[in-house]
Amino acid sequence: MNIVVCVKYVPDATADRKFEDDNTVDRVGVDGLLSELDEYAVEQALQIKDKQADDTEVTVLSVGPENATDAVRKALQMGADKGVHVVDDAIAGSDALATSLVLAEAIKKIPHDLVVCGMASTDGGMGVVPAMLSERLGVPGVTLGSEISVEGETVKIRRDGDASTDTIEGSLPLVLSVTDQSGEARYPSFKGIMAAKKKPVETWSLSDLGVDAGSVGAGAAWSVVESTDARPPRTAGEIVTDEDGSGAKALVDFLASKKFI
Amino acid sequence: MAQTPLALFDTDSLLDEEERAIRDTVRQFVDAKIKPELADWYEAGRIPARDLARELGALGVLGMHLDGYGCAGTTATAYGLACLELEAGDSGLRSLVSVQGSLAMFALWKHGSEEQKQEWLPRMATGEAIGCFGLTEPDFGSNPAGMRTRARRDGDDWVLDGTKMWITNGSVADVAVVWAQTDDGVRGFVVPTGTPGFSAPEIKHKMSLRASVTSELVLDGVRLPDSARLPEARGLSGPLSCLTEARFGIIFGALGAARDCLETTLAYAAEREIFDKPLAAFQLTQAKLADMTLELGKGMLLALHLGRLKDAGRLRPEQVSLGKLNNVREAIAIARECRTILGAAGITLEYPLMRHANNLESVLTYEGTSEVHQLVIGQALTGQGAFR
Ligand SMILES: Cc1cc2nc3c(=O)[nH]c(=O)nc-3n(C[C@H](O)[C@H](O)[C@H](O)COP(=O)(O)OP(=O)(O)OC[C@H]3O[C@@H](n4cnc5c(N)ncnc54)[C@H](O)[C@@H]3O)c2cc1C
Repeated sequence: MNIVVCVKYVPDATADRKFEDDNTVDRVGVDGLLSELDEYAVEQALQIKDKQADDTEVTVLSVGPENATDAVRKALQMGADKGVHVVDDAIAGSDALATSLVLAEAIKKIPHDLVVCGMASTDGGMGVVPAMLSERLGVPGVTLGSEISVEGETVKIRRDGDASTDTIEGSLPLVLSVTDQSGEARYPSFKGIMAAKKKPVETWSLSDLGVDAGSVGAGAAWSVVESTDARPPRTAGEIVTDEDGSGAKALVDFLASKKFI
Repeated sequence: MAQTPLALFDTDSLLDEEERAIRDTVRQFVDAKIKPELADWYEAGRIPARDLARELGALGVLGMHLDGYGCAGTTATAYGLACLELEAGDSGLRSLVSVQGSLAMFALWKHGSEEQKQEWLPRMATGEAIGCFGLTEPDFGSNPAGMRTRARRDGDDWVLDGTKMWITNGSVADVAVVWAQTDDGVRGFVVPTGTPGFSAPEIKHKMSLRASVTSELVLDGVRLPDSARLPEARGLSGPLSCLTEARFGIIFGALGAARDCLETTLAYAAEREIFDKPLAAFQLTQAKLADMTLELGKGMLLALHLGRLKDAGRLRPEQVSLGKLNNVREAIAIARECRTILGAAGITLEYPLMRHANNLESVLTYEGTSEVHQLVIGQALTGQGAFR
């Protein structure tokens, strides 16, 4: 079985993140890393590989700037078998539509039965790429899986919604996104770290994929960020004073309105 | 723009990609799994040693710088960096790893028979089996040559009698490497802790290394076959070669405790308002912070230099003494100075300062006291031994 995991190189969410003058994210001034949410995707792929105990191969795929090899490398350290990095100056500023186009064209060149993505990136946070990929590849897509099992050609996926938990069955090939509830990502072991140096990483450009540079990048984006502002500082919050016994209801209503319960 | 102390020295630029990846992995592990639990472990004087050993084994920390037998086979520098990150959590955690990897596993790896290595090393690398190292005795610490534990021949067997003291991991160990006097000088023995006559009562009421198991080893007619003897170790150089390994890790490790203190203190001093401005904005505070940063950075440069020498196969024991003496001494000074900046808050377990400072009292004493390292360096400089 062949699994492709799509991983994004993102600015470290714990560092000070900034925007460039053109309102794209500053990817040079801050340390980047493999998006934490994509670590869950790598973990699920590796768990499937561990359980299959056959010649299942996990390929990590990243579309991103030069440094994005760091994200690929981290996934290889965790245990993925090989990496593909699509890098091209023309890709800078791409929106989700263009990113999904590049990813899809790359995936077509890699043997794949299952494509696994994280639930969203920790920078853009849109969470639409997995659905776009399934559309572009013309295969079923299941998003936000929290428990995954593969038996033969069948994939069983549990989705935990606000109101219900669904179990969905799909057949390969399939695109899947997994949540941060799917299982804690492993730390790379030292042996994994040392082995990763010898694992192959291919670098592809847009022309390797036959993608026209004009169809991606900031110029082709369907949406444009006009301006950005820092999030205003936290406000004091709301204090519920219970004078007539209505406090509990007020609290419950608040939590329900925020979908905490 | 505020910089961290070690960023000021840009010591990261002295590390390669693999070393950084190993360092980052241990740091993440310590931040996520260890730091939140430490205050409770410390207060209770108990650690989940078995679980910790398994988790550390899964990462590949145990015996990481050894080759073969399931060990990761990293550079010595990478091992040092891992010790640093572990000790940024707690010296007790690093002690567990030092004793397992550099004392017990190294003794087997360097001095053991092929059967001994096959039997123990793979299980010790995964953390399934825990090891301890019994050299010190109640009356013999800095002068182990006087040890009273004896191994005497009885037919084809050996029978061990004696008491070892201050033995890290003792009560949780599956195997003890025990050094004993024989007619043929000091020899090492691999003692499964289930052997009749062996017991390891835990030492209580410690004020230091509370998140570490410290024990007495009692050997009361412990009968072992000759195959339990470490064939390649003869004389005190056997255990001393292991100590040099563990001391190397401490050169880096102590800096981890110091870094954690200094970073905690920088954050605290920035937040704490006193006389209407942050504590960090006072000249006296800044002088302390600058001096401590200097010592931390110098210690790190020394550690990395010694690490490179070790990786090149050129590190001499007296050079290890330079590093251990300096870095532990400066680390404890930093921990104490940081405590002054936190005032009363610094004495609690809510902050790591006093915990690190107390731990470093042990680190100052074990693996060669500061005085012993001064004597080693003194002998190297003058050619005169002043030990006795
Ligand atoms: C928490 C902890 C864990 C330990 N774990 C282990 C372990 O796993 N295995 C093990 O074998 N041991 C272990 N030890 C023991 C440790 O190695 C000894 O404590 C150390 O060697 C010092 O011995 P001592 O305590 O008997 O002190 P002493 O040797 O009695 O020293 C007392 C003082 O005398 C000084 N002194 C000694 N000789 C001289 C001299 N010639 N000139 C001037 N001053 C001198 C010393 O520097 C020190 O200041 C551990 C100790 C501690 C505290």
